[in-house]
Amino acid sequence: MDMVREVQQELGYVPPEYYELIAKEAGTHRVEVESVISFYAFLSDRKQGKVVLRLCDDIIDRFKGADDVAAAFENELGISMGETTEDGHFTLEWTACIGMSDQAPAALANDTVLTNLTPEKVPGIIAALRKKFDPQDLVSECGDGGNADPLVQAMVQNNILERGEVLLCDCTPEAGLKKTLEKTPQEVIAEIKESGLQGRGGAGFLVGLKWDFTRGAAGENKFILCNADEGEPGTFKDRVLLTERPDLMIEGMTIAAYSTGAETGIIYLRAEYAYLRAFLEEVLNRRRKAGLLGNSISGKEGFNFDIRIQMGAGAYVCGEESSLISSCEGTRGDPADRPPFPAIAGYKVSPTAVNNVESYCCAARIMDKGAVWFENIGTERSCGTKLLSVCGDCERPGVYEVPFGITVAELLKKVGAEDAAAVQIAGPSGQMIDRGQYHRKICFSDLPTGGSIMVFSAQRDLLEVVDAFMEFFIDESCGYCVPCRVGNVLLRQRLERIREGKGVPEDLDYLERLGKSTCRMSRCGLGQTSPNPILSTLKNFRPIYNALVREDRSGLQKSFDVLKAVEDASELTGRRSVIFHAR
Amino acid sequence: MSKPKIATTSLAGCFGCHMSLLDIDERILQLIELIDFDKSPIDDIKKIEGRCAVGLIEGGCCNEENVHVLQEFREHCDVLVSLGDCATMGGIPAMRNNIPLAECFDEAYLTGITVYNPSGQVPNDPDIPLILDKVYPAHEVVKIDYFLPGCPPSADAIWAAVTALLSGKPIELPYELLKYD
Repeated sequence: MDMVREVQQELGYVPPEYYELIAKEAGTHRVEVESVISFYAFLSDRKQGKVVLRLCDDIIDRFKGADDVAAAFENELGISMGETTEDGHFTLEWTACIGMSDQAPAALANDTVLTNLTPEKVPGIIAALRKKFDPQDLVSECGDGGNADPLVQAMVQNNILERGEVLLCDCTPEAGLKKTLEKTPQEVIAEIKESGLQGRGGAGFLVGLKWDFTRGAAGENKFILCNADEGEPGTFKDRVLLTERPDLMIEGMTIAAYSTGAETGIIYLRAEYAYLRAFLEEVLNRRRKAGLLGNSISGKEGFNFDIRIQMGAGAYVCGEESSLISSCEGTRGDPADRPPFPAIAGYKVSPTAVNNVESYCCAARIMDKGAVWFENIGTERSCGTKLLSVCGDCERPGVYEVPFGITVAELLKKVGAEDAAAVQIAGPSGQMIDRGQYHRKICFSDLPTGGSIMVFSAQRDLLEVVDAFMEFFIDESCGYCVPCRVGNVLLRQRLERIREGKGVPEDLDYLERLGKSTCRMSRCGLGQTSPNPILSTLKNFRPIYNALVREDRSGLQKSFDVLKAVEDASELTGRRSVIFHAR
Repeated sequence: MSKPKIATTSLAGCFGCHMSLLDIDERILQLIELIDFDKSPIDDIKKIEGRCAVGLIEGGCCNEENVHVLQEFREHCDVLVSLGDCATMGGIPAMRNNIPLAECFDEAYLTGITVYNPSGQVPNDPDIPLILDKVYPAHEVVKIDYFLPGCPPSADAIWAAVTALLSGKPIELPYELLKYD
């Protein structure tokens, strides 16, 4: 995959005549190369422009006017979305959420992030790009904090609106690592276990237990993987951690390595965050020089650990740990059957601990301040704080570090959206709740979330949101298993039928049945959660659906239009339907 | 009390399901004790005449006449059953669904390698029903109450389904009746 990425970067695409060569070099088959290129959104087998403009098509961006921005780009360049200009200068595409929902509409120009776009800005952007085709020229003013670092130079704003006592407060660098090295690996795992730290990516597995499994698993080489592929639409909290707390994250990975006995770490960085790569490489280098990575870390004899960065190439499913591992191994990001879990047989079939960026940061802080300190924050069953990225129809979108147990109502007050009509918790794969449920708590036992909170006002058509989410899942399904590949398409088709006013009450039962089977029968987390937008709105916003469907006793399907179905034939044969046109 | 009526039709199908229906063999004598046939290839009645308890649909809809017949069945039958895979999901005829109609015509009447058509005409008699843009399974055109899968469903499966419908008893379709290899 790295080879393919490099060719892509060099030529702007991967010419099919090179597949054979790449396959030979990588010791694999041509079809493997081909499937990698077709799998990832950021790889292409067709020549792309010098500047590839990828507009974020997330529902939040659309509500903030992404369609108008897209139209402005199309107008300015004289091409449609998905096309490349004839002079080979520009390619225009839609892409899934790029983690900038708090400054939408946003886009990527190659690796450069463009935020807060408006149709008025578009002509200026294109004019500036035509000069040197270097998107970095567009960055006139950098964002705050690490965004202004010479190696980042991004116009992205952190939008940190609340700092908690775990992650975003001021803390002593390397204090956690220092205390770790005074303990045995078993003691470290015991400390993490005692703190009750649960995985921050969304699934909430106990981190200490995972490390314990990895430590106990048979295998010479063990691996520490950091999941920085936050692809769940509306999530952008890791973006802030990567920008502001990279050392803390790497410190956490180093602690994980010490406790599990791993010598290699990989940060899997999503392609959308490529603008942070040079910066993170530099952090790694700095740590190597300071003796915090490499051999005999901090003078501890026999403790060797180093980290490399693996770039993603635009695939939501790679946030799922087994897909992420496949992707790190350089193949398509297909999910794998579990068990065996990665802790037993993960990367290169070796014991592997995969954790979220935020989990590693928390672990480093726990080692510094102690399990009891951490345990006392949050609720009894959900310890610590949670980084939430809030976006949508609220006055103050951004990143909030809050203790677990905060109610939705309290959060909405903070972000300035008390009158919200609906809140999507945990992104499209989570659930949408209505006003009656704002007393519920954000924690693992009630409303778990990886960080994504989307707020929708009463003006929004919630079924448009659901439709956009289903479209997203259809695009991102890897296609391996039928329930996910086909089920999501059928769900969306039926939803569209209902939205067009052609639905009957039975269609709602159909959605529920098919949604549940898709959840139950799918192979990985994507398909197991993809019907949630429909299932949770059917449950929480039933009146919207009920108002759209109408009982029909004729027995005919309103969605079938025979005149439309014979249109083609009518045109080809030059005659009209004897049976139906006469009616 | 007069016997309930059953109507059957083969739309975009191969009549295989109807052949399977005939495979109930001597049980057809029992069947006609229980029911009368209305419109059906079995008695060659062309138009549905009265109220039917059950309509068996073989095949999906590939042309406007299929749609017309199917809608008529829906109007006259209390219970409609999609009989076999073509009615249920389009089946073999639906293989053309991803190919534009004009290309299908070309392949079938003009450029196909087994085509002998010196006049180069594509059949276009006013009596030929207009073909639909694609083949639709029956339930996309009208509401279907039950689906009996199989290509074709076995005679025993059809027998089990029809007798259950007529007696109002729950249907028993053991695994053997729905297993096709």
